[in-house]
Amino acid sequence: CWGKQNLKSLLKLIVIALTPAAARDEFQEELVIRPLHSGDIYASFQFRTLWDTDFLQEGQKVSHYRLFPKSLGQVLSKFSVRELHISFTQGFWRTMQWGQPFIPSPPGAELWVWFHDTVSDVDGNWKELTNVLSGIFCASLNFIDLTNTVQPSASFKPLGLGNATDHRFLRYATLPREIVCTENLTPWKKLLPCGSKAGLAVLMKSEKLFHSSFHSQAVHIRPICQDEQCSSKAWELRQTLNVVFDLHTSGQGKKEWSLFKMFSRTLTEACPLASSSKVYVDITDNPELFELSPATPLLGQAVVLGDRRTYSVYDLSRAETFGQLRSFNLLLRWKGDSDMLRPLLHAERYVAGFGLQTGEIHTVIYNNHPYRAFPVLLMDSVPWYLQLYIHTLTVTSKSRDNKPSYIHYQPAKDRHRPHLLEMLIQLPPHSMTEVTVQFERALLKWTEYTPDPNHGFYVGSSVVSALVPSMVAMRTNFTQDQPLFSSFVPVKEESSYFVRVYTEPLLVNLPTPDFSMPYNVICLTCTVVAVGYGSFYNLLTRTFQVDEPSPPLSKRLANLIRRMRGVPLLT
Amino acid sequence: MPEKQRGRYAALAIAAVVIVVGIPLWWKTTETYRAWLPFSEISELDSLQLQLSVDIEVVFSRGTLTPEQQKKFPLSHVNEKEHQVDAKTGLRYKYETRYRTATIMEEDALNQPTAAEADLSLHMLSESSCGSVVVYVIPESSTLLPEDVKVYVGQRRTALLRSPPFKTSWNLKEVLSNLDVEVEQVVSTMSFGHQDIVAALSNRVRMTKVTKESMADSMRAIKSSPGYEITFSLLNPDPKSHSLHWDIEGAVQSYIQPLLNKLAPIANFSVDSQILYYAVLGVNPRFDNSVSAYTLSADSLSHVINPVEARLGSNAASSNPVLNFLLYVPDAHHSPLFIRDHSKRKVPSNAFHSPRWGGIMVYNVNEMYGPEAERPVDININMAKVMGVFLAQLRLMLGVQHTHPPTGFVLQSPGSAGLADWELDRLLWSRSVENIATASTTITSLAQLLDQIGNIVINDNIAQQVSSAVTSLQSAVAELEAGNLAFALQYSREAILASERAFFDPSLLHLLYFPDDQKFAIYIPLFLPMCVPIVLSLLKIVSEAKKRRADKQAKSD
Repeated sequence: CWGKQNLKSLLKLIVIALTPAAARDEFQEELVIRPLHSGDIYASFQFRTLWDTDFLQEGQKVSHYRLFPKSLGQVLSKFSVRELHISFTQGFWRTMQWGQPFIPSPPGAELWVWFHDTVSDVDGNWKELTNVLSGIFCASLNFIDLTNTVQPSASFKPLGLGNATDHRFLRYATLPREIVCTENLTPWKKLLPCGSKAGLAVLMKSEKLFHSSFHSQAVHIRPICQDEQCSSKAWELRQTLNVVFDLHTSGQGKKEWSLFKMFSRTLTEACPLASSSKVYVDITDNPELFELSPATPLLGQAVVLGDRRTYSVYDLSRAETFGQLRSFNLLLRWKGDSDMLRPLLHAERYVAGFGLQTGEIHTVIYNNHPYRAFPVLLMDSVPWYLQLYIHTLTVTSKSRDNKPSYIHYQPAKDRHRPHLLEMLIQLPPHSMTEVTVQFERALLKWTEYTPDPNHGFYVGSSVVSALVPSMVAMRTNFTQDQPLFSSFVPVKEESSYFVRVYTEPLLVNLPTPDFSMPYNVICLTCTVVAVGYGSFYNLLTRTFQVDEPSPPLSKRLANLIRRMRGVPLLT
Repeated sequence: MPEKQRGRYAALAIAAVVIVVGIPLWWKTTETYRAWLPFSEISELDSLQLQLSVDIEVVFSRGTLTPEQQKKFPLSHVNEKEHQVDAKTGLRYKYETRYRTATIMEEDALNQPTAAEADLSLHMLSESSCGSVVVYVIPESSTLLPEDVKVYVGQRRTALLRSPPFKTSWNLKEVLSNLDVEVEQVVSTMSFGHQDIVAALSNRVRMTKVTKESMADSMRAIKSSPGYEITFSLLNPDPKSHSLHWDIEGAVQSYIQPLLNKLAPIANFSVDSQILYYAVLGVNPRFDNSVSAYTLSADSLSHVINPVEARLGSNAASSNPVLNFLLYVPDAHHSPLFIRDHSKRKVPSNAFHSPRWGGIMVYNVNEMYGPEAERPVDININMAKVMGVFLAQLRLMLGVQHTHPPTGFVLQSPGSAGLADWELDRLLWSRSVENIATASTTITSLAQLLDQIGNIVINDNIAQQVSSAVTSLQSAVAELEAGNLAFALQYSREAILASERAFFDPSLLHLLYFPDDQKFAIYIPLFLPMCVPIVLSLLKIVSEAKKRRADKQAKSD
């Protein structure tokens, strides 16, 4: 018997030796919970799959998938995609109340893709790609066409490996009207290796997730370096889901929350396929603000968005995290109130003017830094049916004209291309900069109106991208053990960090006709033509004869009486 | 009265303008664009007469014939059979048999010690064309074949036939007629059979007198398509206890790819694989105490696939039909798991397939580790075992039919290629016929539809697709008739592609529904006030002219 055991263990050794030495793909999951100063809770899930392969390699087709989802891999290799970023957002991120999100996204759907520079027909690939993605994510991405696609020249640089700068291979489109719901969440969850069966994803119950102030789910795919020297490349698939729960109103005014309250589930295990599975709770403001239980001895520090934050770290791959009950539930009680956080960069937008002919778009950008000026890139993509008067473009800061140092403007072509306006504006310290431009509303053809035209037409968010001066030194060196949420945007220098801010989308009313109009017009014109034609016809075909005028009525009556009396008649 | 005359002329002129200019203008501006379609040729295709020609070569080796008999060679003979499948579809098989004696090199090849070696060296001598059959008649006393074997069918397109005892007194005709029955058996094994061809026509013809078996065969095989996606999925419902490794890349290279290379003329294949975690079957297996194992009965198998299929995902990058092959490793608490057939016996392969969908194999791993093993257990999957099952299922799905050779026949196993040349030929025959049947049905129904609904716009590109489909179909039929199987298949594939593209073109749906009553509702406000005066004045003119003629008549009387 002993011999058999020995043999078995020997066999096992051989088996282990035969399996590939290093797994070529790796999966990590992470949940960050940050209590916001407004009393809301911000929960951010991040799932990362790293795969050491090359989709774009010539001749060799990647077709065997393990952790990376097959459907996305096929899309990448078929359309020669270099980088793909797609987000679905319900609700608007309130920067002034909540601060900066880890990964920002505009309301509705946003898609931007860098194609590989071997692609010859980028527009064709883009059209087909949007159709395929719309199938994968059950979203109306198929409504993306040339009329709402732009090629920003500076605002959307590749986030991954490679410094492609030829924006002919970039496509950017937003659908601000897109409504995000469970049918988008289910296919998104299906891309995770563990699905929603194990790990952090069990918390994603859609009735809770969509009963929130803000919900945003995204997929980011990019090629990245495996190590600091960049000797080997890998593909990174990052799935993120950000939710803001308004626990103040839904929690009957009590300021306390728990995982169970938020998601109506607790955690019982990590995803067995994950190499790391962690929950972070932002406790920078502790202990004045709230009380956390169970407490953990594990603390982590990370520099996120120009700020050094302290986190309680719960490692789900360790059995002691789950305690006696075999279940992990975080509990947090608020103790006091605190001031509102002032983000350094903030932007908002509205449409001004009256009537249905002209209007004015106002974009207001705030620099809240007390003493530092910094430049921002503002990108606006406006549909063609708002005809921008670019000569009315004004940029004012502190009631003085602020001349942008770079302007890229691509005028719209009716029914073909939207306006694209990109500007590099220097924001003076502690200032408010206002960008205004006037527009005229175009008349659409009657088939071009949406089914509910009186609701108005959406104009996508403007995008403000900036390198904001950091309060603390950012970490530029590449380390594997950084938490995921702090390592999305590559940091190039210590003194500043990259931020992207989306403004509100606009809702603009266009002059709307009465849609029974075509039939009315046909009837009216036909009647007019018929009346004109009738009299004309009459005039041409009638023959006119000189007729004896008949005697007046009095004379006839008189003659009648005369005839009865036998008196000679009157003539 | 000149004034009255003028009014009459004016009315006539206006009526003339309306009729000569107005009506053609209205007609021209409101008509739908309809490109010309080859309707007459399409209606010819509606009644399809297919002729399938097979070249048969019968080679007599030394010692089978007497020298006098040999003198009359070479000789050829044509045999035709006709079948009327239904009122509009007819089949004619033409077997063209040529007889000759073996060359010296062929004699050498036939002197090899075993039949397999002889088959190989005969193949090296000459490449027979696609669809043809070569039968070598060897002497009765030959040791090439075992005692009780009459016919040996090789890996290529050749068969060895042990000659029946001939009497030396027979003349050649008698010898050949004596041989005919055997040759016919060989040909019906190695080339198409009537049932397969009728089954391939199932798109055109209502099935009536097809045997149950060939019906099952044709139902099981996936429909002919220009490409297929083959997806292997490893289902691991329990990643906590099992960490599974499968060398799918190597297995595909060594087991699946040779078969697909062989099948390349039929369709394009692409192979991919994935691993799905926490994917479970749709039914709970029942624990059977007698064997202390979980069992899935044959009746419950139909419920297994649906829940799994939601996880499989469709291929995002193409719209070709997908063949799924799932390897299911049961979780630790439900192991081992066995499939039982209708007679409650354990299925030896522990696998089953679903027609036109793919196959599922259950792979038990519970014996590979002890209860005290540390979880998750690393397990390497034996791909040879798995791929053997999947390969057999793949052959079924692709329509490589079971042949039931008559007694005394030996079929050489296809070897590493997975498919013998003559098996491929059988597939090519039925695929060509199936493609022709499908494309002709598509084109005729499209033509019928376009003929019935006059409002459909027919664009030039649709007309072009239809004409190219029609010409490809005609060429495919012609090539079948000429016996060029490879070309016939290629043309039939082109025909099917073009016809489907025309049929599913989105532009055909534009303005499909534009009913006449609505059209007239729009026209009436214009037409009614315009036409009434014209018609009335025309009536008046006519009645006046009649009256005048009557007056004239009266005057002349």
